[in-house]
Formats: sequence, C-alpha cells, structure tokens
Amino acid sequence: MIKIFLPYKIRETLDVPTEIEAHGSNLRNLIDHIEDMYPGVKDYLVDEGKLRPGMSAVIDGKTTRLGLIHKLDNVSEIHFLPSIAGGSK
Amino acid sequence: MVSTPENKNYKVIGTRPIRHDGYDKVTGRAQYGADIKLPGMLIGAVARSPYAHAKIKSIDTSEAENMDGVFAVMTAKDLPRLGDVVRGNSEESGSERHLSENVMAFDKVLYKGHVVAGVAAKDQNTAFEAVKKIKVDYEVLKPVINVDQAMAKDASILHEDYSGDHLGKKVKNTNIAAHVRHENGNIDDGFKKSDLVVEKEVDMQTVHQGYIEPHSGTAVWDEEDRVKVWTSTQGSFAVRDSVSKVLDLDVSRVKVTPMEIGGGFGGKIPIYLEPISAVLSKKTRRPVKTMMSRTDVFDATGPGPGGKVKVKIGIDSEGKILAAYADIRLEAGAYPEAFIEAAAKCVFSCYDVPSMKIDAYDVVVNKPSSAPYRAPASPQVAFATETVVDEICNIKGYDPIDFRLKNVAEKGTRTALGPKYRTIGLKECLEAAKESDHWKSDLDSNPKSGKKRGRGIASGYWFNIGFKSSVNLSLNPDGKVALIEGSTDIGGSRASIAMQAAEVLGIPAEDVRPSVVDTDSIGITDVTGGSRTTYATGYAAYNAAHKLIEQIIEKSALKWDISKDQIEYSDGVVRSKTDSELKMTLKEIADDPPGGPIVSSASVDLEEAGGGFAVHIADLEIDEETGKTDVVNYTAIQDVGKAIHPSYVEGQMQGGAAQGIGWALNEEYFMSDDGIMLNSSYLDYRMPTSLDLPMINTIMVEVPSEEHPYGVRGVGEPPIVPPVPAIGNAINNALGLRLLSTPMKPSRITKALKRKK
Repeated sequence: MIKIFLPYKIRETLDVPTEIEAHGSNLRNLIDHIEDMYPGVKDYLVDEGKLRPGMSAVIDGKTTRLGLIHKLDNVSEIHFLPSIAGGSK
Repeated sequence: MVSTPENKNYKVIGTRPIRHDGYDKVTGRAQYGADIKLPGMLIGAVARSPYAHAKIKSIDTSEAENMDGVFAVMTAKDLPRLGDVVRGNSEESGSERHLSENVMAFDKVLYKGHVVAGVAAKDQNTAFEAVKKIKVDYEVLKPVINVDQAMAKDASILHEDYSGDHLGKKVKNTNIAAHVRHENGNIDDGFKKSDLVVEKEVDMQTVHQGYIEPHSGTAVWDEEDRVKVWTSTQGSFAVRDSVSKVLDLDVSRVKVTPMEIGGGFGGKIPIYLEPISAVLSKKTRRPVKTMMSRTDVFDATGPGPGGKVKVKIGIDSEGKILAAYADIRLEAGAYPEAFIEAAAKCVFSCYDVPSMKIDAYDVVVNKPSSAPYRAPASPQVAFATETVVDEICNIKGYDPIDFRLKNVAEKGTRTALGPKYRTIGLKECLEAAKESDHWKSDLDSNPKSGKKRGRGIASGYWFNIGFKSSVNLSLNPDGKVALIEGSTDIGGSRASIAMQAAEVLGIPAEDVRPSVVDTDSIGITDVTGGSRTTYATGYAAYNAAHKLIEQIIEKSALKWDISKDQIEYSDGVVRSKTDSELKMTLKEIADDPPGGPIVSSASVDLEEAGGGFAVHIADLEIDEETGKTDVVNYTAIQDVGKAIHPSYVEGQMQGGAAQGIGWALNEEYFMSDDGIMLNSSYLDYRMPTSLDLPMINTIMVEVPSEEHPYGVRGVGEPPIVPPVPAIGNAINNALGLRLLSTPMKPSRITKALKRKK
C-alpha cells in the first residue's frame, strides 16, 4: 500500500483523513482506488483523462511528468499538490 | 569553490570559454525585439487607462481612424471573448479570459496603464497622435492598492463576476482569489511545548524586474490566417500558446521567432503587445511593430508581488524548532496568481520543522498583473522567516549559523508541502559560510567614519523546475557541430548547453555552435525560467550528443565494413578497437558519411532538478544622521550542483544578490492613493548600480543534483532570496532597529532612529 496525502481543501471538502493508503499499478489505477474509498476525490484530481490542470503528483519526492500512466513500482508515498511552476498568467 | 563529492575529471565542464553570442552582443550586431524591420511595416501604439480602476462606458475611435497616416484602430471588440478555461499545467497556467483581458480591457480597466485600444500608423508620431484622439468614457471606481485595502470588508471589488476559492469554497464578491492551507503535524502542541515563540510580520513593496529592454511585439497576419510573431521573450513556445489562445487560432498557425532578450528575470514570460500587433496586421495586411516606453513597462507589465507575511516560530530549550506558522498575503495585481503555492513551498524550506501550518492568500489589487520575478514569492516569505530566526538567535544568544545548522533541512527532511527532500546542499552552504573569510573577518563596528556597522546573514531556497526541452545536433563537414535549441538565452545558456554537448563529444566548446530558433524549427521547449534551462535543455543536449555518437559509430561501421561493436569513440576521434590503423577524426567522418548526414535530436520532460539553497552574508555601514546605508562587504554562498560555466554561475549569484539588495534598500512602487505609480522611470525607481555596490564575493558549493548526469541544479533564482533579510538583519545588528518593511530606505531608518530615542 502507498501512503497518500491529498491537498487540504480536498480533505476538508470531502472529509478525507490527512494520510490514507491506496494501491494501484499506475497513477490512474491508484486514483480509481482512492475514488472507491472516498467518492468525489477523482473529480479534483482528473480532468478529461489527465491529471487536472493545476494539479501535480509528487511520487517519493519527484513530481511526475508522466501523469496518470506513471507506474508505481516500489513507491512509498504520493502527495497530490497544486502545480507551482511560478509562471505566467 | 567547495565541491562535494570529489570533482570528476571533466574537460569542458567547469571551464570558462568565451560565450558563443559574446561578439554579437558587444559589437551591437545582436538583434533585440525592437530591432526588427520588415518591408511595409507599420508602427503600433496603444491607448492606456489613466485610472487604476474604472468601468469602460464607451470608446470612440472615429477621430483616430480618420487621421491621415492611420491604417487601423482596434479595441477589445476585435478580440474573441474567452472563457474561464484554465490553461496548461505548468508555467503557462492561468485563466484564458484573464490572459486576454490583460492584453486589452473589455469592460473594465483594473490598473493604470491597462490597454483599451490600439492603433497602426505610418510612423510612431502619427500613431501616438492617433492614440490621443481616442475618446474613452470611464466610470471611475475606487481602487484597492494593497492587501489590507483589498481584503477589507467594504473593499472595492475588482472582479464582480469571479468567485474566489477559499479552502475549496466558492466565494463571490471578494478580492481574495484563493486561500490555500498546508498543514503538517500539530502546531498547537508544538507552540505549547516551546520555550520561546517569536512572531513578526513584514511588509514587502511591489518591485519591478527592471530589465533593460522594454517589451515589443511585431506581427504579420497573412492571407492564410497564419501569424508570424517576433518578440523578446523568455519562452517562444509560451508566446505561441498564449497568442493562439488570445486570437483563438490553432497553435500551428502561429510561429514565434525569439529575438535576443535584454533581460527578463521572469517578466518576459507573459504576452502584452503581440496579439495587438497581430490584430492590427490582420486589419492592415501589413507588418505591425508595437513597443513600450519605460513608463509603460513600469505601469503595465508584471511586477513582483508586494504583500504582508507573518511568521511565528517556536523553539525548545535546546534551540530546536518545534512549530512554525505562516500567514502569507500577496498581491496578484489585477488578475489572480501571486505565486502563493510557491511562497508556501519556500517559507520554511531551510529548516526541519516537525509541525507547521501555512495559510496563503492570493489577493487581486489595482496594480499591473504580477509576473514571475526570480524565485517568485520566495524573497517575500524569506524576509519574514529569516527575520524571526535572527530575532530568536539574538534573544537566546545563539550563533546564527550554528542555529541554522542545528535545524537544517537535509535529504529526507519533510518539506512544508509534504514531500521529502532528495539530496540538497544547504548544510554544506552553511558550513562554507562559517569557514568563509568574510564570516571570520572582524566587522570593525566602530569605523573611523563614525558610522555604524552591522553584519547580517540569511538563507534562501528555490526549487528549480524541469519540464520540456528539445535539442537538434548536426555534424558539419568541417567536424564542427551545429546545435539547435529553443531556449532563449538570458544569462549565457547558449554556452552552458553547448558545453554539455561538447563534454559528451570530447571536443572544445567552441566547436559546438548553438543557435536559438523559431517555434517551427525545434521541438517544444518550455520557458527560460524557473532555473530550468541549463538543467533541462542541457540534459537534452547531453542526450542528443550521445545519439550523435551512436550515428558516428554506425556510419564508421558502414565505411570500414566492420561491426559497430568493434568501434569506439572518444575525444572527437572514432577508432577500431582491434585495428589501430582504422581511425577518423570528426572532420573525416563528417566528410560525405555513408547513408546521409550525421544528425541527432533529443527531447526531455524532466522533474525538478532538486532544490537550490543560498546563504548570504552582508556587512553594512550606516550613517545615523542621514540613514544612508552602504553595503561594504557581501558574500553569496550557493549550492550550484555543478557549475558548467563558473563565470556565468558567479554572474547569476552576483546579479541575484544585486537585485535583492535593491529590494532591501531602494526599490518600491511608490503609489498615490488613487493607484498611480509616481516613480515610473529609472530616475525615480532607484535600482542599485555598480557605483552603489561592492564586489559581490561568491562561493560556489557543488552538491550534485541526483537528477542530472553532471549534477546540474538551477542557479538563477536562489541568490535573490536571502538579500532582503540579510540586509535587515545587518541593520538590526548595526543600530538595534528591527525594520519590517521594504525598502529600508534612509527616511525609514532615520524615522525609526528618532522613535528609538
């Protein structure tokens, strides 16, 4: 099982604990598993089959650039966080 | 230079060749944004709002349209009305509607200088005269020009039709575009157990990037609805994407050619004039060039956000940090996005904090829409955190470096947003600071001048992004290599990227000739920003060079009719492993290679490079009578991962320090109550010059990034983070005055001294 940390506003809105556990062979499957446990979370994380614009997934300290197809082998924790590239408007 | 672990035996990396674009730039041959001249070109000019906040009741352009020499006039009615779609997931994120409205106001102007109409004319004087004849009827509204005004209950609202996101709740009629929160651990418990709790609130003024070259945008809209753009930008692909959105065109209909760039520091990422020139070109079927004056740049282009940041830190009796809280309120300017997530990520980044909570507010105000400025929002929050840390050290009598080392963030430390650090070099920077000549030197607190001297130290962080880059290589018949890239070169990146290819190929840096090309001529490359270019585009060059060697070996195998396995390549020579007679130089293999020319290409989409940390030491001399502050000694220490071209790394460290010193001592948007910037020229917006600063000493610490074959980290942004608190801490050391507002200018110092007496 992988430790999952969701952004504060998702936790507050959907009453999700600070730290949860989920599994999945890739990020897409893992989000589906989270959705099974906490309905509504997927809407915050996924849009049109991709990670929602403005959302990023940090997998063991590295922000994935592969998105939902990122394979989750030997992963211990994932943080879903707002994207913070610090760019233009 | 401090290196850990031992330096590898590089031949090109770590050397200091003359930059490839050096001669063009020092001789004036280099072509910047406004240098473009096209046949039949018209000159554009724009009408700007004189008010900071007003509704547009009507615009009458008839008199301007009827002027001799005027070819076209446009207003926002000539632009498609876009929806609130969020663009992208990276550095171009934001609302499409706001992107468009910032180019030209539709119904409301939100800052002085907001564009309301554009003109294309035969020459600049005619264009300027025509702009004066555009009549705009405004209903003037009360502006809000700082976070306190904007967040007040009875505040004038900028976006009546926009909902703020307050911890997931949609809120109408608010200037708080977003309120986000991050929490780790139990801070109530942490503060309760603390032996000492210190809290400070700092007030940062709006500052401008201050690039030398003003913005310009030149465009041709042709008969097939294809738009060609020439502009000075940090990201030609970002301009392509933004222009295509604003004009509602397929992205492939827009081609952007980046001109040389006369400074950016983040401020040359947004678009301003490009779509206006394009629409005027569509109307006239002629090229149109539009340029800004310096006042336009100050009034209407992205400053770095001002705002207020409150930080509270609790420590135990042993000097270990137990808990930290931050309340961050930053000005987004006219449209949302004040980089508050970056602020949250950076605010406690230098410390191992077991429990923390961060509330951050993205606040719209009637100022130009803020743009990235070198480590966006990190200097603002570092001022608060590093001031509190200095205060803790003063109260408890701790050595400021020892306290920082005791609480230092290292590999495995959990960051404010949750993920753990990979390999970082803050500890090594602090140790280098402690061993530096500067730190060991006497301050001479009572110099002959009779002035007061003080020393301050502060740390800072930036996280260094990765993202997409593309590089093409081709081996020319003379054995030299052409390198094609899409990263516009702000600070010597042609050299740092070419050197990485040269290192792989084992040839001199001068034998790799880099060119920055248009968006049709190279794969997608993200902006030169976020300290990503030497890391990401350099990585693409590294990969492309390896692919080029594969090609060289394949062609040599064909030529010699032997197996590829029997061939090796090093230092620009390909040779048979078994027959010492069989060998070729690059020139020999490049001369008519079998099966066609030798070319390669590579692209990457990278994760963060691993954070960059800086520690700065500042010695000041202050005249108590006048409040004038002179920086008499300054040292910037930074983990640079691996310095590809040490001179340009040192240049980044010195430039960042100089800009940060400007924030600390001089720079501010001096605003009237009705939202007008009163110092919109370089005479009145006082940036430090070489006469104001001593030589900035640099100590490069090399803790290689795990994410790059040479260990590269970004280096451009961390050095602007520590200067403001380092200067503030030095003033406190000299005068016993804790100044909590920028700039810490003479009048503020003398007033504080009077209050103290």
